[in-house]
Amino acid sequence: MNAPMTSVSAEAVTAAPKRSYLPELISWLILAACLVVLPSFGSVYVIYMVCLIAINIIATVGLNITVGYTGLLSIGHSAFLGVGAYASALMWLHLGTPLIVNMLVGGVAAFVIGLIFGVPALRIRGVYLAIATLAAQYFLYFIFQQWTSVTGGDRGLSLPRIDVFGLGDTGFYYVVMLTALIACIAARNVFRTRVGRSFIAVREKDYAAEVLGINVIRTKLIAFGIGAAFAGVAGSLLAVFLRIVNPDQFTLVVSVFFLAAVVVGGRASILGSILGAVFMTLMPEILRFVLEHAAPQGADLARLLSPLREILFGALIVGFLIFEPRGLVGLVRRAFGDTEAVEARAGEH
Amino acid sequence: MLMQILEFSLIGVASGGIYVLAALSFVIVYKATNIFNFATGEMMMFGTYLFFMFDTQLGFGWIAGLAAALIGSACLAMVLERGLLRPLIGRPAVVLVMVTLGVSSILRGFAGLIWGPDVRQLTEILPRNPIFLGDILIPGKLAWGFVIIGLIAGAFMAYYRFSRAGTAIRATSTDQVTAESLGINIRAVFLLSWALAGVLTAASGIITASVNGVTPQLGQVALNVLAVVMLAGMTSVGGVVIAGLFVGWLETMVGAYLGASWQSFIPYLVVLLVMLVKPTGLFGERRIERI
Amino acid sequence: MRNLLELSGVSVSFGGIKALSDVSMNVPLNQVTAVIGPNGAGKTSLFNVISGFYPANEGGVSFSGDDLLKRPAHARSTLGISRTFQNIALFPGMTVEENIKLGAHAQLKTGLFAAALYFGPAQREEAAITERIATDILPLLDLSDYRHRSVSGLPYGVQKRIELARALVNKPQLLMLDEPFAGMPSPEKAKMSSYIRRIVSETGITALLIDHDMESIMSMSDQIVVLNFGRVIAAGTPAEVQGNPAVVEAYLGGE
Repeated sequence: MNAPMTSVSAEAVTAAPKRSYLPELISWLILAACLVVLPSFGSVYVIYMVCLIAINIIATVGLNITVGYTGLLSIGHSAFLGVGAYASALMWLHLGTPLIVNMLVGGVAAFVIGLIFGVPALRIRGVYLAIATLAAQYFLYFIFQQWTSVTGGDRGLSLPRIDVFGLGDTGFYYVVMLTALIACIAARNVFRTRVGRSFIAVREKDYAAEVLGINVIRTKLIAFGIGAAFAGVAGSLLAVFLRIVNPDQFTLVVSVFFLAAVVVGGRASILGSILGAVFMTLMPEILRFVLEHAAPQGADLARLLSPLREILFGALIVGFLIFEPRGLVGLVRRAFGDTEAVEARAGEH
Repeated sequence: MLMQILEFSLIGVASGGIYVLAALSFVIVYKATNIFNFATGEMMMFGTYLFFMFDTQLGFGWIAGLAAALIGSACLAMVLERGLLRPLIGRPAVVLVMVTLGVSSILRGFAGLIWGPDVRQLTEILPRNPIFLGDILIPGKLAWGFVIIGLIAGAFMAYYRFSRAGTAIRATSTDQVTAESLGINIRAVFLLSWALAGVLTAASGIITASVNGVTPQLGQVALNVLAVVMLAGMTSVGGVVIAGLFVGWLETMVGAYLGASWQSFIPYLVVLLVMLVKPTGLFGERRIERI
Repeated sequence: MRNLLELSGVSVSFGGIKALSDVSMNVPLNQVTAVIGPNGAGKTSLFNVISGFYPANEGGVSFSGDDLLKRPAHARSTLGISRTFQNIALFPGMTVEENIKLGAHAQLKTGLFAAALYFGPAQREEAAITERIATDILPLLDLSDYRHRSVSGLPYGVQKRIELARALVNKPQLLMLDEPFAGMPSPEKAKMSSYIRRIVSETGITALLIDHDMESIMSMSDQIVVLNFGRVIAAGTPAEVQGNPAVVEAYLGGE
């Protein structure tokens, strides 16, 4: 069963993955440069899509922390986006506070509401959080829709154009990019420390985590709360971006969308969250494009698009979980010859 | 006054019957395969559409349509288990639940694609005429639906308790390894439990839709079913009957005396209270894991 | 001789099953105590009570004079109790180094916001713990070459050493080892034996272990406690226990 010590040591030394980070760093810098100059050269549509993708990245990173890294199933992610969107929109409409304040309020509000649903569920082991988040999804939708005096009911809230630092839309674009960057870096940093390690430990063997001094319940709550907070921040940006906030933006389908982004991109991976968000945001666009050209004349595209999206999201989740559990990031890493990291990150998945 | 309470109570209990079948399907799957089936609501919805398709659209008539729908639903459930869930045995529970979530989305999508978002009415199998118990009036469909549910639930529970297959299911749910070593074909048990779930959800959906018709969103009632299951305890077959009737009763009483808005809060309140007070439910077992 | 850990009259039952009945035993300071017994005798239940996973229906556990049963499970590490698990509870999603760092989780201080920022205190703390593990822990157990490897896929014997390393990082007073020799060929067992004795003599740690392997246990333990059907049937030095008729019967009579 065990090879003699010396040959195992030799194998370990040569297999130790100390990859050079330079090619990776350079590609990131090029990407960053492109994004910075985009407003000057890109079309309105491209800038719109990049903004949307960035907002989705923030929400996906949050959900990945909860679901991918910590192994908790959250089915109500879009409801927390809604909380952030409504909170920040209401702040702006009633108090006229600057964007950064609204974003913080959106994040905190989502965090608090998340905890309210999370605390009863996470006190006990099991799949209760999934139930609680499903309840949160429907319950919050109900509130968004019925609390007409505050939320505007089905019609929702509409926001005037927001001018950031006097730079208008371009200013907002940079705010979104910066926020997404900070979100990714902060999340990546967390997993270089004891905090992030404790999340992974809780996911994989929570009894061993307890013995190592990790308060499992508190850790789960924090991981869940962070996910909700990221969604809240994303939601507050979404409100400004779309300039309307209404309940139908925050339905179960949207929650499934973000779950698909996490699963497709790669669980427990920041890069995976980015890839997943890009993929999922572009998917409906590609779907719409294909439909417009492939569908028979007179077919009611609007009627077809919505159910097709649901099928697509569900199929992506199922397909990737069965066939490619490491997600797109696993494919990418394998392409760069990084097989060991792929096996490692997969763990028990 | 008392008459009114009694009338509402009976109506409530009768409407609670709808939750019972779906809750039974949930529990049987959870007990036998340890999977938390988030697609329960959508299986109800899809089974109902199958009935609509066979009966109304293809003109088979309601008897053949019903049989076809139940069989079709059972087959769909078995394909689900064998094709999508069996390959994932051994993976963490979260993964399996996510797959059922994905399936629920797929089913909703297909239903919307094939039959559209508008309400479809089913042929009237259940007699409309209201039943009179003294001065109390119970809507016909509700009463007859309840009777049928009672028959199905009763048959199911007898099967579960007394048949060889039912015993095999119970053995598997207690201890898979021991059951297998006793010669029980675990894989067959998995398929059987999902097939039963398919039948129960289809029946439940059809009876539900017999009152208000069916849309792709019919699966939303799953939250109420979840509340019932949680209240009873996820492993209690007998318990979900009591819990289902109770939740139905509670919803009707609240709806009648406090209004519809309060009524819609009930499932969340039940879920919340159960989680806070007794997470394993009234009748569930606390499964201790060996470390 | 002082006792680090004392159990008095501990009983644990699940429904109808009595896992432990009126168990009393002492674990002396800076010695190796072994708990042995046939399968199902209650050894792992004993560990789980001490770890805080199972509540004790009766009796008490005292650690350094402190009532251990009052503390939550996650307080064990801070109190100075570490343990390994029968089935190797390493975390497959992380590297060897990351797994071992988790042993120090309770000693490290980085909070959420410091971690998100990383530059400054968090980075310094990470560097310090990395350094300490590389210098003190990895060489002690011949694990230096495996530092950045993922834990999954490593040989069984190596994984057992990694789990041991993780249990040592927080400089515990009490080291609990659940079947440290399980599944190993003889040369590996001898190695593990000598690792454990070396650790005890060099660091003043107290070791409490469970195992089936009579040879290894007899040769390296200072005290042995024998359990059968959840009760203590013998306790003493290896020589005393070996000759005890009740012990012989438990192992041979119960076949």
